[in-house]
This record gives sequence, C-alpha cells and structure tokens, in this order.
Amino acid sequence: MLNEILQTIPQVVIDGLTLGAVYAVIALGYTMVYGILELINFAHGEIFMSGAFIGTAILIVLTGMGWVSAVPAIVMLITVLVLTAVLTGLLGMGIERVAYRPLRNAPRLIPLITAIGISFLLQDIVRFIAELQKGNYIVTGPNLFKDQISIKASSISAIFNDASIKTSFVIVLVTAVIMMIGLDIFVNRTKWGMAMRAVAQDRETASLMTVNVNKVISITFFIGSALGGATGVLFAVQYGTIDPYIGFILGLKAFTAAVLGGIGNIRGAMLGGLLLGLLEMFASANLTLLSGGVFGAEYKDVFAFAILIIVLLFKPEGLLGKPVTEKV
Amino acid sequence: MKSQWKKYKQNKLAQGIFLLIYIGITSLSLFMAQRSVTAFLLLLSSLLLLYFTNFKNLTKWLIAGIVLVFLLPFTASNGDAYQSYMEVATLVGIYISMALGLNIVVGMTGLLDLGFIAFFAVGAYTYGIFATAQAANFMPFGSFPLSGESFWIFILIGCFVAAIFGLLLGIPVLRVKGDYLAIVTLGFGEIIRIIFNNLDRPLNITNGAMGIASVTPPRLFGIDFLYPSQFYYIVLVILLFTIFTVRRFEHSKIGRSWKAVRENEIAAQAMGVPLVRTKLMAFAIGASFSGMMGVVFAAKQAFVDPTSFTLLESITILVMVILGGMGSVPGVILGAAVMTILNLQVLTEVTNWLNQLNSTGVFSIPDALSPSKMQRLIFGLLLILFALYRPKGLLPAKNHVYNEKELQEGCTKDNGDNLKSIPEHSQIEKAQEV
Repeated sequence: MLNEILQTIPQVVIDGLTLGAVYAVIALGYTMVYGILELINFAHGEIFMSGAFIGTAILIVLTGMGWVSAVPAIVMLITVLVLTAVLTGLLGMGIERVAYRPLRNAPRLIPLITAIGISFLLQDIVRFIAELQKGNYIVTGPNLFKDQISIKASSISAIFNDASIKTSFVIVLVTAVIMMIGLDIFVNRTKWGMAMRAVAQDRETASLMTVNVNKVISITFFIGSALGGATGVLFAVQYGTIDPYIGFILGLKAFTAAVLGGIGNIRGAMLGGLLLGLLEMFASANLTLLSGGVFGAEYKDVFAFAILIIVLLFKPEGLLGKPVTEKV
Repeated sequence: MKSQWKKYKQNKLAQGIFLLIYIGITSLSLFMAQRSVTAFLLLLSSLLLLYFTNFKNLTKWLIAGIVLVFLLPFTASNGDAYQSYMEVATLVGIYISMALGLNIVVGMTGLLDLGFIAFFAVGAYTYGIFATAQAANFMPFGSFPLSGESFWIFILIGCFVAAIFGLLLGIPVLRVKGDYLAIVTLGFGEIIRIIFNNLDRPLNITNGAMGIASVTPPRLFGIDFLYPSQFYYIVLVILLFTIFTVRRFEHSKIGRSWKAVRENEIAAQAMGVPLVRTKLMAFAIGASFSGMMGVVFAAKQAFVDPTSFTLLESITILVMVILGGMGSVPGVILGAAVMTILNLQVLTEVTNWLNQLNSTGVFSIPDALSPSKMQRLIFGLLLILFALYRPKGLLPAKNHVYNEKELQEGCTKDNGDNLKSIPEHSQIEKAQEV
C-alpha cells in the first residue's frame, strides 16, 4: 500500500501545489480583512469568482479582436491579470463601502449577514450576465497555454511514477508566489503597510496618530480583492471551465487555509493554503486506498471541513498565530 | 384622519366588523374565482390583520383556528387548484416551523447557524430510510418498509434524532464564537449533505444521489394520507404545537437565559447562567422542530434526495428569520410565510405571466432573467436591505414591559410592613407630583 501511495506522490505534489497556491492567495484576502476589521468577508469567494469571469470575458473579447494570437501568451496573461485585479479591487472597495462600513458599530452578526447577501447577489448577477451573453452560465475560456511537460520522476527513484504538468501550472505557481512576496513586502516595508498594521492593532489609537482609518480599510479591501480577482484569472487559465458557484466552496476552503495558518497572519495564510492544497490532493488521491474502499475521493470536501473544525477546536490560533485572550 | 385612526385602533367592534367583512369578501372571492391566487393570498393575510386587532389572545386564536381549519380548506376546495393551494399552505407551515426553530438558535440565543437545513435532512432521512425497503440493507431484524401507522411515532423519533444531532453539533461548537461559529455550522451542513450524498457504499443506507423513492404514506384508522390537503392538517397540528412550545420556552427560565447569553455571554455567565447547558438546549430544541417537519416533508414528497438540503435552503430559512425579526415569534411566522409564498407562488406566477407575454409576442424577456431563477438575487437583496435599514425585521421582538407602579403597589399589598422602603419611595414620588 505504501508503494502505491509513493508512486502517486509526484503528481499529488504538483496538483497540490497548484491548488494550494490558489487557496493561499485567496486566504490572504480573508486574513487581511480579518486582521484589520475582525470580520469574515464572506463575499471574498465571490470576488474570486467574479475575477475568473471578468478575466475570461476580457480574454474572449480580445480573442475576438484577434489580439491573442498576435501577442505572446504571457504578455496577454499579464495584461488580463492587471485589468482584472483593478476591476475586482474596485468591486471589493465598493462592497466595503456599501455593506460593511455603515455597520461597523452594529452587532457582529449583522455584517456577516450582509456579507452572505452580497455573495448571493454577486453569484446571481454573474449568472445573469454569463447566461445573457453565452446562453449558459458554465463558461469555458480560451486556452492560453496548451503545452504539457512530463516530469520523469521515475528516473530519480524507481518507486515514483511519472507526473505530467501543464505549462499553466508553472505560471500559476510563479504568479502566486510573486503576488505573495509583493504583498509581504508591501505590508512589512512600506508606509501604507505600516498604517495597515497600526489599524489592525488598534483602530482608535491609529486614528489619533493621523492614520486615515477609512482609507486604510478601503485599501485593504482593494488589495485583498485584487489578489482574489487575479487568482480567479489564474484559476480560469489552469482549470478551463468556470461557473458562478465555484466561489463558495473554494472560498470556504481558502478560509480554512487562513484559519489553519492563523487568521490575521499573512505568512500563516500562505503556509496554510499550500498545506491545505497538498493535504486535499493527497486525500483525494489516496482516501480510497487508505480506508480500504469505504471512503472515496468525493469525501475530500468533508476532509477539508474536518480540518477546519479540528483546528478551530484544538488550536484556534492556527499554526503561526498568537493566542488571543478575550477582553471583557 | 389621525384621530379617526386612533379611534379605530381602540374600537374593538369596528375592528371586528372590518375583519369579518374582509374575511367574508376574500373567502367568497376565493370560493367563486377558484383560480385566483390573489384571493387565496388575501385570505391568508387576514391572519395578519387579526394579529393587529385589539382582541384578547384567546379570541385571536379562535378566529385564526376557524379560518385555518374550516374556511381556508373549504373555500379553496371547490376547484382544480385545490391541491396546489393546499400544497403551498402545507409548505408554508413546514417552513414556519423550521424558521421558529432557527429563531431559537439565531434570534434568541444569538448563535448564527448556517447549516440548519442539516437537521431537516436528518428528520427526512430518518423516516425515508425506514419507510422504504432501504432499511432492509443494513438492519439485521424487522421487515421493511414499515407500515404507514409508524409515521406518527416517527414524528417523535425524527424530533429526537434531530435533537441528538443538534447536541452533537453543539458540543464541539461551544468552544468557538461569533463568526467562527457561522463557518463551522456551514461546514457541518455541507458535511451532512455530502455524507448523505455518498452513503450508498460500502453499505447502501441513503441510496446516494439517486435518493429514496416511494416513501410509505402515513396511515390513520385505515386512511392513507396521500394529498397535500390531508398533510395540511398534520402540519397544522405540529405547527400549533411548535408555536405553543416556542412561546412557553420564550418566557420560561431557559428562554430568559437564551436572551441573556445573546446580549452578553460573559455577563450572563457571571449572573449564574450555565453557558454550556443553555447553548446546547438552544441547539437541541431548535433542531428538534426541524426534525419533526423533516419527517412530514419526507412523507409528503414521498421522495428524499440530497438536493433538497443545500446551503441555499439554509440561507432561505435565515432570510425568513431576519426578514420577520430576530427573536420575535410573530415576526418569524410572518417572515416565513412571506418568503415561502414569494418563492412558490409569486415568482412562479410572474414567470408564467412573462412566458405568456413572450408567447403572445408583446415583448420578450430572455430566459436568464426569468424571476423563478432569481431567488439568490432576491434573497441577497433582502438580506442586505434588512441588515442595513431594518435590522429588527418586519415585526420587531417586544420585551415584556412591566408597569413599575403596579409592581410597587403589588409589593406593598403583599408584604405590608416588611418592605418599608417602598412605601416611603412612593410617598416621595407623591410629594414630588404635588
């Protein structure tokens, strides 16, 4: 049995890293907003989904104009990524302005409810537009990267099977890593990053120190949503088919990743995302084998939620977070 | 105008006459124009009018009983739309009961539960499995399907099993608070659905995504319950029981503990409210209503499958609670009724109407925009608008207001000399008034 598991390991690692990178970048959005407002931005998964649709729409339009074949694919991708990131960033800012800011002093249940409302609203609006334009809400985007690379893992050691990857995998991983490093530098080295950390620590004191709190919160939402939207494009490029309901489960898992790494902690979110991606892929490849056929790959979602519940119960501060005591 | 309105508000006779005329006209129009959904809805809304009258509680209940038990089924029974009306009324009852259950958890105790439909699913599957041959796959004894008479016991069993699931969810969840709780319950709801969806192997318990078909109908004194018009009465009885229990709970010790926990957990604990027990009770009791209605739902549809228990359903019930007013029993009843009717009647009617317009070529609306598909949009908008502008809902929860003077007088009468400070106090008040 161990042999069989080992054989699949190279493929599992590659798929797990791809998925994990997607989770990690979305988890960043959750963790930043939570760190600053102590609010779970339920709509973040839907921002990711909107990003996937906006990116695909731009690609389809550009293909229609014949630009895609003229320009190298990587330039195309970067243009689409930047455009989508700006648009979803603005979307995120708008959501904060409409649904969260008026409720900043309300009981904590209320903004959570508007967040659910926003996410339902976004799902349906995207469905309208997709269905109006294409006749079906399940959309397949143009394929930018078609090459397959085969990794001869068997040449390293005989116990591994060969793995195959799409070129887009490299691009997803590299882009995600660039985004994460960029964010880390932004938060830790720049003036705005410092303001952000100040607001996260103590909103009132920060405002006394001439930090414009509303602006900082808006920027946080912009960056989180821009990253989420850009990841949506990466997702669409990597997996091809998208529908308006992908955001929910994916967002939930990304949230799990954020909790796993320690919510509010940016590096924790990255670690948690990669870890969760690897674990999930491992589970979906080997669950049948491990449980002797009782559980199949369809239980991988249950597996992810079980991780969430276990972490929340036994180590609510996550892997990298600090334990917080409640103030009375 | 305003003074007249005030006069009307105080005049019970005028209210009674108006209500009588209203009920008379709407039921007559339902009786005459069988296909009119409007008449049906107007007759239902007479209950809302009744709620706003000044009658005694007992009178209100009696009138509501007469309308629901006799008038509504009788006036609707005259045409071919009878069963569809009763179907709507039955579903309204089922959803009201569930929303009241969720109201205990969300509205009274302040624990946001996003996986509430799981308990409904548990109830539905409990009856579904045992009332079909499905149970023979794993039960070592007994012959299945069970007869229709067992339905009545299964209402209790469903209630009990759902309560146990509520406890099972509650125990781990007690350690997490607020937003985390919402996410964990959401995850729990999804887990239950996925498990029901995949429990066809290694042992076929739920028949997986295919669902369980031809559930045995309930049977009483040799009569099989097959039509919505018959289930209507079962639902009505359970609903009455639910409303009665919820009301009793609300004003009992446990109900006040729930509200204390909602307002401030730490303060409540300091005042001696046992946190663990109170929260677990809320989960278990809330879940049990849902479980009961799950059994009825399984019997009514005669078919159970996992697609009836998605997150959208959980959110639907949440919208009912928010719309009506968190923690307010009449509010939640109104919210549930409005949402269910909107979902089942209004949206489908509007869609049909639009389709007719399309086919006659007046103007055309693309299929993507058909209102029956817009549930998410409508729910989302309602959640946002109500959270922003009317967080207390349509009929906000009222706390019982005590008349301070009356209490003081009562005190003086009862205790006489023992409490001297109070008479003194009232004397001071009198002096001040002078």
